[in-house]
Amino acid sequence: MTNTPPVYMDNNATTAVDAEVLQEMLPFFSERYGNPSSIHNFGGGVGKKIDEARCRLAGLIGARPDEIIFTASGSESDNTAIRSAIATNADRRHLVISKVEHPAVLNLARHLVTGGFRVTEIGVDAMGRIDLDELSSSLTDDTAVVSIMWANNETGNIYPIERIGALCRERGILFHTDAVQAVGRIPMRLSELPVDLLSLSGHKLHAPKGIGALYVRRAVRFEALVIGGHQEGGRRAGTENVPGIVGLGKAAELAAERIPIENSMVRALRDRLESSILASCPDVSVNGDPENRLPNTCNISFGYIEGEAILLSLDIHGICASSGSACTSGSLEPSHVLRAMGVPFTSAHGSVRFSLSVQNSDADVDRVIQVMPGIVAKLRAMSPFSPEAPYFQNASQDTCPSGGSCS
Amino acid sequence: MWDYSKKVLEHFLNPRNAGEMAEPTVVADVGNIACGDALRLYLRIEDGIITDARFKTFGCASAIASSSVLTELVKGMSVDEAAGITDDDIVRELDGLPEAKMHCSVMGCEALAKALALYRGEKPAPEDSGRIVCRCFGITDNKIIRAIRDHDLTTVDQVTHYTKAGGGCGKCREEIAEIIRYTRADMAARAKRSSQSPPRTNLQRMQQIIQVIDDRIRPSLRLDGGDIELVDIEGTTVTVALRGRCAGCLAGAVTLRDVVQHTLREVVDAAIEVKEAP
Ligand SMILES: Cc1ncc(COP(=O)(O)O)c(C=O)c1O
Ligand code: FES
Repeated sequence: MTNTPPVYMDNNATTAVDAEVLQEMLPFFSERYGNPSSIHNFGGGVGKKIDEARCRLAGLIGARPDEIIFTASGSESDNTAIRSAIATNADRRHLVISKVEHPAVLNLARHLVTGGFRVTEIGVDAMGRIDLDELSSSLTDDTAVVSIMWANNETGNIYPIERIGALCRERGILFHTDAVQAVGRIPMRLSELPVDLLSLSGHKLHAPKGIGALYVRRAVRFEALVIGGHQEGGRRAGTENVPGIVGLGKAAELAAERIPIENSMVRALRDRLESSILASCPDVSVNGDPENRLPNTCNISFGYIEGEAILLSLDIHGICASSGSACTSGSLEPSHVLRAMGVPFTSAHGSVRFSLSVQNSDADVDRVIQVMPGIVAKLRAMSPFSPEAPYFQNASQDTCPSGGSCS
Repeated sequence: MWDYSKKVLEHFLNPRNAGEMAEPTVVADVGNIACGDALRLYLRIEDGIITDARFKTFGCASAIASSSVLTELVKGMSVDEAAGITDDDIVRELDGLPEAKMHCSVMGCEALAKALALYRGEKPAPEDSGRIVCRCFGITDNKIIRAIRDHDLTTVDQVTHYTKAGGGCGKCREEIAEIIRYTRADMAARAKRSSQSPPRTNLQRMQQIIQVIDDRIRPSLRLDGGDIELVDIEGTTVTVALRGRCAGCLAGAVTLRDVVQHTLREVVDAAIEVKEAP
């Protein structure tokens, strides 16, 4: 490893805190440590800064400030939203989600099954798209909430939020969307959208980790998850994470200015990275829907080689990316998103996600393009598989030796 | 990212003996691309001696490094010597593997066992037979039982780390827990039987001590990156030296008394005293 800073292309995992965000936060760790609930001016002044952050965040997503609740993470926002939706619709016992949701939604829904809820997991096609007809026909009078993500963290796929929201509204069903990957990357005006609840997280938009927010449309009934003091208007108890909130506010202000950059410069970097890899490495394919994708994300499968080996090789060159391979997940099974898409096991194990941000440069893309063909060639030379011999004679492709349940 | 030893990274970056072999005596394929790792082992065997070994591996860094050290280990060995190589030998050569990656070293051993069986014209090893417990990865009860015995495993997660069984849909985890329960009960019964008949001659005692150190103590020390060397046996006094991570480690004295002496007293003879070589 050299001492040069890494080429960081793992921005869907987390982003760097922006220097301006950090500057704005610092005083709230030291001289301005007051409690925003205090009567005295010392604390009350801090409260004004929280109001400002709420306005900035509302501005970014086209909502009203009183529709924003600060939380401690995207995961907390997801949990709060879904639990609130079912608590305020106590007679309804059915949830609809997609198979490609983040674990914060997927595992919560599966957990609720043990409490007697029915969950429909809408499937996706080979490009990761959901079928709106399937979604529509899954809605019943018993459905309490539909939760479909705005953008997928692994493929970058963007889902048709407006149309899904319209379907829900027609049926009088609450609609929640996990927009953790979308906020700050694509423009949104919630005042004009049929979205009732929306989750976001600071650390995906250059604010710190451990701060999130939940948007709750004004007319929507809400029940708090964290009960206690009167903070956040009684909707989320706990003395505020003031530096985090201030940071998220500043990051939202910067993101509002930078969304055009995401969709021009970052998109161009991503496109150049992707087309160069496709041109220079044989037997690769793109996972996801190229027509409806976040501008920063690119998920590529490298046939016949394994993702962790690719990541480690990239890491040696100071390049940070991630993979849907089983070996990196610790679960022995490849990414649930790629599996839901029916991506062959061979490709799922060899998938690499590059996710860029406004902090990436042409030089970063050059560095990846420069080393990628060599890494692929080296690992392929060691692999027993190739286009001519895609699997061992005694085993068939994409099935377990036992013909087991993992497919 | 995993916490790999320098040795694993070194073998991953500069794998020895990677690539095809022109005219191998035997070729063994294990694993499956669907399950995330697969290994093809080539051996050239002349007059019962392995004169060359090469590999091709689909898998993560630890799978590639395990394959690489395996080929280094077997080169120059006789077929009989090679048959004695265990997954612990691979792990030791790599200065340890993260526990969740133990199955990578197991895969190396399976390939070796399969290649040697092919060479001898034998049937597949017994763990290939048996009843499939984990359908996701095609793992049999025999293989699980062997992993529990060889590595003194106590939890389902450990079994998953060594064999992959239970790491997919998870449906087989209850059954794995049941296998752990009866296998450990059986292991305890055996240990008790052997401790009830203290060795009658010095020679018997020495043989038992060597066996217990080889089969039980060393494998568990190696899991933590350590090792043990038997220096001397005089009556009931056993002198050993600790190597690797155990050597010079603050807890060294505790390791000696607690692990080695306790095990030897329990299994071989209650009168045993363990000393560390100066
Ligand atoms: C789509 C999506 N939802 C939820 C989360 C969870 O957010 P947090 O890490 O703030 O809990 C993430 C990020 O990991 C995400 O990508
Ligand atoms: S059957 Fe063992 S994990 Fe699925």
